Amino acid sequence: MHSMTKRTLAALAACTALSAPALAQVSGDLSIFLDTSNPAPRATMEAMIERFGEKNPDLNIEITVIDREAYKTQIRNFLTANAPDVATWYAANRMKPYVDAGLFDDVSDLWAEPMFADDLKSTKGAMTIDGKQWGVPYTYYQWGVYYRKDIFDELELSAPTTWEEEKVNCEKIVASGRACYTIGTKFLWTAGGWFDYLNMRTNGYDFHNQLANGEISWEDDRVKQTFANWKELIDMGAFIDNHQTYSWQEALPFMVNGEAAAYLMGNFAVAPLRDAGLTDDQLDFYQFVSINPDVELAEDAPTDTFHIPSAAKNKEAAREFLRFVASPEEQTIINDGKNLGQLPVNSKSSVDDDKFLQKGFVMLSENSPGGVAQFWDRDAPAEMAKVSMEGFQEFMVKPDQVDKILAKLERARGRIYK
Amino acid sequence: MSASTDIIDSEPESWFHRNQQAIAPWLFLAPGILFFVVYVIAPVFQSFNLSLYEWDGLGQAEYIGMRNYEDLYYEWVDRDAFYTSLKNNLIWLVLYLLAIPAGLFIALLLNQTVFGIRLYKSLFFFPFVISQVVVGLVFTWFYDPTFGLLNQMLGVFGMGPINVLGNEHLVTYGIIAAGLWPQTAYCMILYLTGLNAVDPEQIEAGRLDGAKGIKMLWYIVLPQLRPATFIAFVVTIIGALRSFDLISVMTQGGPFGSSRVLAYYMFEVALSEYGFRMGYGAAIAVVLFMIMMCFITYFLWSMYREEKGH
Repeated sequence: MHSMTKRTLAALAACTALSAPALAQVSGDLSIFLDTSNPAPRATMEAMIERFGEKNPDLNIEITVIDREAYKTQIRNFLTANAPDVATWYAANRMKPYVDAGLFDDVSDLWAEPMFADDLKSTKGAMTIDGKQWGVPYTYYQWGVYYRKDIFDELELSAPTTWEEEKVNCEKIVASGRACYTIGTKFLWTAGGWFDYLNMRTNGYDFHNQLANGEISWEDDRVKQTFANWKELIDMGAFIDNHQTYSWQEALPFMVNGEAAAYLMGNFAVAPLRDAGLTDDQLDFYQFVSINPDVELAEDAPTDTFHIPSAAKNKEAAREFLRFVASPEEQTIINDGKNLGQLPVNSKSSVDDDKFLQKGFVMLSENSPGGVAQFWDRDAPAEMAKVSMEGFQEFMVKPDQVDKILAKLERARGRIYK
Repeated sequence: MSASTDIIDSEPESWFHRNQQAIAPWLFLAPGILFFVVYVIAPVFQSFNLSLYEWDGLGQAEYIGMRNYEDLYYEWVDRDAFYTSLKNNLIWLVLYLLAIPAGLFIALLLNQTVFGIRLYKSLFFFPFVISQVVVGLVFTWFYDPTFGLLNQMLGVFGMGPINVLGNEHLVTYGIIAAGLWPQTAYCMILYLTGLNAVDPEQIEAGRLDGAKGIKMLWYIVLPQLRPATFIAFVVTIIGALRSFDLISVMTQGGPFGSSRVLAYYMFEVALSEYGFRMGYGAAIAVVLFMIMMCFITYFLWSMYREEKGH
């Protein structure tokens, strides 16, 4: 854990304050807890907070950066014992335990303001529980299939759009001695991504949501159809062998070495793939194919968020900070290619020129009529997510056990949703 | 001054002075007992209590009686996670004991005076010194299905690659093998010190009576190593029951939960990223505690018997 205090010079900020009269000035102390511990996002966040500090010279801001994984367990302690004024977290069901326990402040008043109501409309659903909003998003990113264009060209394939094309492509890739997809399921969640897409494409977004909320049996025929589709890919040898032993990073070399042609992953996979030497001519992106033509396309786009703990001391300054974070200018800066390299949540901001961000932005804003899901382990309750993703991993290794696995998930459903 | 001292001397002894012999040990033990009660005994009872509740660590705890244990029972019947954990714990208990004969063997091998024996001893002891996390990582790479040394070696003999950590039947054995590496070193050091204390006169006498090899080991040396064996047994059993770090580093309980043990399952349920069931975790902890208690009682009992014998 690392903490630093920033005091900005009043004199310096006096002139900046003149240039931004629209924002009210706040004073006092503001403590911010961040989970953006990787160097690049961390620098982005610190720079952004510095800009906020310049606008509010009387505010004494303290930043605490906590390791991203450790944060997930520490949040339970600090929200109850030593609450900051602002803390990062995730949208949807992932914030539900804290909302239910009354640890997050209701920020519906912010969402009633025109900027939030109009420009952040696309993420409002993900921030809503019981008809109220509990936080403000600051970034999100698309999921989709990242593929080796050079391999596709060599085999004279084009990016598929339908399930049939997908399977034909995959057969050719397998015949050339490669796997269609690399994946590392050691930490389970990557299999959750595959389930998200296959189920949303087979049964649609609403069905998927109902399943995540425990309203539908895992032994329902429609769920079985999802797994039947998945099995088609597994049986043809679409996935790399031994994926249960690898993390998502350890699965990257298969794609870099050309042993696998594609990767269903979030946009954060682009950076390591480029670092490993793949150029933008070799690497491309396509939206996950449609399977059932009767359902509308829906996408995964996990959203990272800021929240105000109920025990925060300076809620006025915290709200001002959230307004600042969501503003179109800041959204443009922090999400550009030099910083987070993700998508801005404010529709008035501009998206970076990066080809993957552009494609992702178009896909999410124009070609995802069914809705936008967060991700399986954020949409389903934590316990169900854990049990089910273990089931998905087992299924990917032993597809013939599907009935046994689904029966197990159904038992878990009976226990978890009460 | 001298006058006042005389007066004190002539007075009857104070209560403290009279009972000094009896009180002193308790005074010295007091800090230890205090911390043991606060940090060990009290949490044990808290865990018992917590296991009767459903609590997510944030909101209100709800009393649910024995339901957590019922759930565990059904997991046992359904051959679910709890069954797997308990079964793996048993495998750990049995196979981990291999560290004792292996340690003895290496200790006997190293108990000689040749050039550089200190270096060999240090090298054999090395795995115990390095962190379990490092041991786990090293073995993970060793087992790697594509690049790992194990499969390279098998390849030389024309045997197909095996994915030890990705196979639900092999994974526990793979992790135990990794665990045996440092544990053997530990037992070895226990036996090496034990061998120093072996009485040379008895060896001599045995030799005169014609004892050799295995017979010498079994009838003359091993009985003298009893204290070392006892300690090796204790630390190995306890080590097997609290196996956690290797599992966490090597597989995270995977693939699909087949390498879980009770300690890891408890962590997963109560404290990991997806865990919110403090009461259920406590129930698992209670079960683990009961199992450990059997062994601890046995150890204490045999130590007590030993001491009475002397």
